[in-house]
Amino acid sequence: MNVIVCVKRVPDTETRIKIGEGGKSIDDTGVKFILSPYDEYAVEAALRTTEGAGEGEVTLITFGGEASQETLRAGLAMGADKALLLEGESGMDGLSTAKALVAELEAADAPLILFGVKAADGDQQQVGPMVGTLLGRACVTGVTQFDVQDGKVVCHREVEGGVEVVEADLPAVVSITKGEYEPRYASLKGIMAAKRKPLDKKAASVSADRMNVVQLSEPPARAAGKIVGEGAEAAPELVRLLREEANAL
Amino acid sequence: MADVLAFVEQRDGAIRGAGREAVALAATLAASFGGSAKALLLGGVGVSGDAGSLGANGAAQVEVGEHDDLSDYHPEAYAAATVDRIRAGDYAAVIFSATTQGKDLGPRVAALLDVPLASDVIDATVEDGALSIVRPIYAGKAFARVSMDAKPALVSIRPNVFQTEAAAGPGSVQVFEPQVDAASWKTRVVERKAAGGGSLDVAEATVIVSGGRGMKGPENWGLLEDLQQAMGAGTALGASRAVVDAGWRPHGEQVGQTGKTVAPTLYVAVGISGAIQHLAGMRTSKTIVAINKDPEAPIFNVADYGIVGDLFEVLPRLTEEVKDLKAKG
Ligand SMILES: Cc1cc2nc3c(=O)[nH]c(=O)nc-3n(C[C@H](O)[C@H](O)[C@H](O)COP(=O)(O)OP(=O)(O)OC[C@H]3O[C@@H](n4cnc5c(N)ncnc54)[C@H](O)[C@@H]3O)c2cc1C
Ligand SMILES: Nc1ncnc2c1ncn2[C@@H]1O[C@H](COP(=O)(O)O)[C@@H](O)[C@H]1O
Repeated sequence: MNVIVCVKRVPDTETRIKIGEGGKSIDDTGVKFILSPYDEYAVEAALRTTEGAGEGEVTLITFGGEASQETLRAGLAMGADKALLLEGESGMDGLSTAKALVAELEAADAPLILFGVKAADGDQQQVGPMVGTLLGRACVTGVTQFDVQDGKVVCHREVEGGVEVVEADLPAVVSITKGEYEPRYASLKGIMAAKRKPLDKKAASVSADRMNVVQLSEPPARAAGKIVGEGAEAAPELVRLLREEANAL
Repeated sequence: MADVLAFVEQRDGAIRGAGREAVALAATLAASFGGSAKALLLGGVGVSGDAGSLGANGAAQVEVGEHDDLSDYHPEAYAAATVDRIRAGDYAAVIFSATTQGKDLGPRVAALLDVPLASDVIDATVEDGALSIVRPIYAGKAFARVSMDAKPALVSIRPNVFQTEAAAGPGSVQVFEPQVDAASWKTRVVERKAAGGGSLDVAEATVIVSGGRGMKGPENWGLLEDLQQAMGAGTALGASRAVVDAGWRPHGEQVGQTGKTVAPTLYVAVGISGAIQHLAGMRTSKTIVAINKDPEAPIFNVADYGIVGDLFEVLPRLTEEVKDLKAKG
């Protein structure tokens, strides 16, 4: 069974974010970019699926700029078979991104399409279920573990207050969250092999964004806090401050 | 002139706080758009019982879709019913809650209606007749003001950020029976397992007691549970990733960039160093308390109140003090 994983290039989670000139984007000088952490879980899940079945290919797709090739190579180094870059600019409007991906996914031969639950840049948590809905396919979000069996994918998902087991008909779209799929490290051999794996490029089919950034700002700094004291002796004063000053108890 | 619709979440038939926040925001925005605030509640037969109370949160009218197949959230059924109601009205905006359910539902509705969705919004206003919102990006390391050019504009709001108070509306209740075509569903829930003790999800809690590697091992969590219980209702336990990766606590409790984003009234970080990825998930909490033996721990840079000391000594005393305070009322 072929599996497609949609992945995105994002700033490393360690990065300090600086706002760029013009105030509408970040200043990416010196910023290291990575394959979004949840997408790594999704790539891992895809690899385990094809490895478990002993057949099928894992294809990575991203919608983004030239630089996203490096992200695709990172996924190929983990073990994916091939990759496709849909060239264009992925902005704040997740529905535009979803449409660009759907234009490619509609005709693709893969009963299972995986997403990260959210991309670690815009944190929108929406492209996966939008794609699932636009394709008219079964779609399950926030999945920690799944099994493919008899034309279905059985998913464990985290919900408020518990866990849900959901059975979805294939073809299906599944978004992956942290759980079973701790991503493997790319081996040196994997990194070398990735250089020779097929990576295609084509222009994305783009639609107009209807959500546009007006202004980025730094989050308001938290007012300097105070050290109430040292050790257990400080507990009564802390409780007093929480009640009387912070109104939090 | 156009109305604003709030999608109101219920669980086991009880309206959730996040749903009331959505209604109150709808009321504020509706006033700016010159229309009225409506609420949509979907659930099993009888869920309308408490629907009138949404008037106190500002709803002019509450539409309640009752159907046996809707008692629990089902993505396809809820999305279809919600889209029907949105199409039947004239809405400038639709407000969802950025909860697990809302984050599943909102994108489906957006795709079906072909309109954009802003997730996890922390501020929303009307400017020149259009919706302008603020949402954290890069896990809260920056805020983006975003203009939305669509009718309706869809947003999901971060729980615990918006008020539930609004000028009261009439809250008239209208019950309807949605069309549900269960035979067409492509997904089926085959099992639901509740987390132990009916505990509240960390993303919904108003008080979070969170433990890190400084706790030394899962056997010491009783100390955190004691403090959590002393704090009373609306509280939950949280955890750092180090703790979750070590298998001490379930992933559902993880706070941070690869866990939950939370904004409680009070966040107590115990034995947590305050790595950038952890701060990302909790820095919009109203009050932050840190207990750590290392005075240089970065968590103290965001904490409003800190105690430097050994958590194994501080926690029991703190729990006693909180109990005393609560006993006094
Ligand atoms: C891609 C990526 C995503 C990540 N996502 C997350 C995330 O979502 N959430 C998250 O939390 N982390 C995340 N991390 C991990 C993060 O970088 C830190 O490693 C993690 O938060 C550390 O957890 P900790 O504070 O519990 O442990 P430590 O950093 O080890 O801190 C333990 C603290 O306990 C204190 N302590 C020890 N003993 C005592 C005692 N007896 N009394 C009082 N204090 C004591 C120490 O002084 C120390 O400050 C992520 C990392 C990466 C690379
Ligand atoms: N530009 C993109 N190209 C490919 N996949 C994407 C893109 N943006 C988002 N995704 C996928 O959608 C998921 C959710 O992203 P988001 O809705 O932006 O948080 C990500 O984890 C990716 O799997």
